[in-house]
Amino acid sequence: MQQPGRAAEIKAIGIGKSFGSFRALDNLSLDIGRGEFLTLLGPSGSGKTTFLMILAGFVQPTEGKLFSDGVDITDRPAEQRAAGMVFQGYALFPHMSVEANIAFPLKVRKKSAADIKRRVGEMIERVGLKGHEKKLPAQLSGGQQQRVALARALVFEPGVLLLDEPFSALDKGLRGQMQAEMKRLHQETGTTFVFVTHDQSEALALSSRVAIFNHGKLLQVGAPDEVYDRPDNRFVAEFLGEINMLPLKGVRPSGNGSTGLCEDRTISMGCKAELVRGDAILAIRPEYMSISGEAADGENGIAATATNSTYLGAATRLDLTTRQGAKVTVSVPNEVAAAALSKGNSVWLTWPAEKGFLLPRGGQ
Amino acid sequence: MRSYLSDRMGAALLMAPLLLFLVVAYAWPFLGVVKWSFTLPTPGLGQYEALLTDDLVQSVFIRTLRIAAVVTVVSVAAAYAITVVWVRGTPAQRLIAEFCILVPFWISVLTRAFGWVALLSNRGLINTWLQAIGFTSEPLALVRNEFGVIVGMTHFLIPFAVFPLASAMRSLDDRVLLAARGLGSSRMRTFWTVFVPMTRSGIIGAAMIVFVFSLGFFVTPAILGGGRSVMIAELIYLRIFQSPDWGLGAAISVVLVLFVGALMALLFRYVRPKQLI
Ligand SMILES: Nc1ncnc2c1ncn2[C@@H]1O[C@H](COP(=O)(O)OP(=O)(O)O)[C@@H](O)[C@H]1O
Ligand SMILES: [Mg+2]
Repeated sequence: MQQPGRAAEIKAIGIGKSFGSFRALDNLSLDIGRGEFLTLLGPSGSGKTTFLMILAGFVQPTEGKLFSDGVDITDRPAEQRAAGMVFQGYALFPHMSVEANIAFPLKVRKKSAADIKRRVGEMIERVGLKGHEKKLPAQLSGGQQQRVALARALVFEPGVLLLDEPFSALDKGLRGQMQAEMKRLHQETGTTFVFVTHDQSEALALSSRVAIFNHGKLLQVGAPDEVYDRPDNRFVAEFLGEINMLPLKGVRPSGNGSTGLCEDRTISMGCKAELVRGDAILAIRPEYMSISGEAADGENGIAATATNSTYLGAATRLDLTTRQGAKVTVSVPNEVAAAALSKGNSVWLTWPAEKGFLLPRGGQ
Repeated sequence: MRSYLSDRMGAALLMAPLLLFLVVAYAWPFLGVVKWSFTLPTPGLGQYEALLTDDLVQSVFIRTLRIAAVVTVVSVAAAYAITVVWVRGTPAQRLIAEFCILVPFWISVLTRAFGWVALLSNRGLINTWLQAIGFTSEPLALVRNEFGVIVGMTHFLIPFAVFPLASAMRSLDDRVLLAARGLGSSRMRTFWTVFVPMTRSGIIGAAMIVFVFSLGFFVTPAILGGGRSVMIAELIYLRIFQSPDWGLGAAISVVLVLFVGALMALLFRYVRPKQLI
């Protein structure tokens, strides 16, 4: 966070934060790589903003240490850390023009007038605000204010850019557009981005890694496909998208993976049964399941009856019930859904072994 | 539509007694004063002509404006400091600030003026101390002059400046201040370049209120000015009850009311009434 123009590498060790007796963050350790795009994902109240504020230096952690490029910055005040920050609600200076807002961090750093003019001009160009230089924030649309906030946070080439739910106030179309622009800005600047959101699809689409928070704890960190396909626990599995869960008995290792019994059929899984043995839950994303007339020997499959369908346009969402009463949802081509419903009797649900993963029964 | 109309009717009915009171107690008598200003002692514009040529009236007008301006600047600056503590301080600081703001409201203007006389006069507390520690050999002239008037008026008016300032400071988004610091700005710089400009409407409101109140001050200048720093309200009193020159007194009153009215109109153009409380 100290050298301008160079992406920072951040290390948080055992960070905790209490507000009175309330535990907002608990024993959080996280490495943020140089130039990476890390997203903090979690439901509202899970401690994402608190962690971001600790990174920025606005909130002092109760326990733990924070390092930037190997230097301990735990006690360094915010104005000396100078991380670029985009706040929820933008926090632009309402009494300053677009230009003056973006020039602010450069003026603070006592850059020459010519230097400021050049860099502000470049930044305005880069975020597409040309022609709006003299306007006040109140005269801009939400998307434009967002761009001013981004420009102001990036113009002094901070080592890390912190963004707190920057798109939550924008409508859906604008959101997609701003997400694409953010990805571009990340590539162009090469700066480390730490991005907060409670929207899982946004997290998966943007980041190089996702860190999932709940109740002040960091539950899992990994690349988007990693956390989506191999969540460590039930909360992560459910928070990242729809998921089907089937009770499994007699889980044990087998070859490179494991096997178990689901409604009297032997099911094989690509993952090892290291942590989970005996009774467990088999979790499969709806899009990995298909419907067929019957399951071949050795193929993963269970019998179910279609109960309801929802037409989604490109596909149909089909709700099914297994023989033992487990509810399953799949997303299938429209004609497959129609056929399954018209049959009235049972169909087979099948899935590739490597797409199912194990979660402990009961707990999380 | 119907309930909207009846709501409006209800509000009008509730406000009617107040309006009636204001008309009977102020507007009607004031019309009488306007009439005097054109008729006493002889009908015509004579009193307004005198206003423009009378040296005493003019010097009092100028002194009133000067005192009001100084009082406004000092009161708003002091109120700003107190309000920052009141709105943004630690709980203990807030309590102390709130006490300092509210206590003056419980003490009458007369008591306060005499309190200042006791402090500032030649044999008052301050001069006694200054001489006791050998800082001065002669008593300083702290009262019975403009200085005393300004001290007393400032003290009286600070609490009135606090409320518009507090409302402006309370509506300020904390994140904007955090943003400034996060961008590298020191606390001092953030205060002057972000906090103060963002409370501009409160500063304008406070300044207008203090200025307008200052123009009509009577008791404080009469006591602390000791007859040597006569302000406009005292001059009107003298013209009506002592000279007596009712026509001139009335003309001065009319000019004062018009001037204050114009200031109020200006005030409401810049700040909404809600921000003043
Ligand atoms: N200054 C504070 N005082 C007391 N509680 C706080 C404070 N800041 C945050 N919290 C609490 O900490 C929890 C986490 O808040 P936050 O970090 O804002 O969550 P998120 O950004 O994930 O929605 C919330 O329950 C919130 O009420
Ligand atoms: Mg938040």
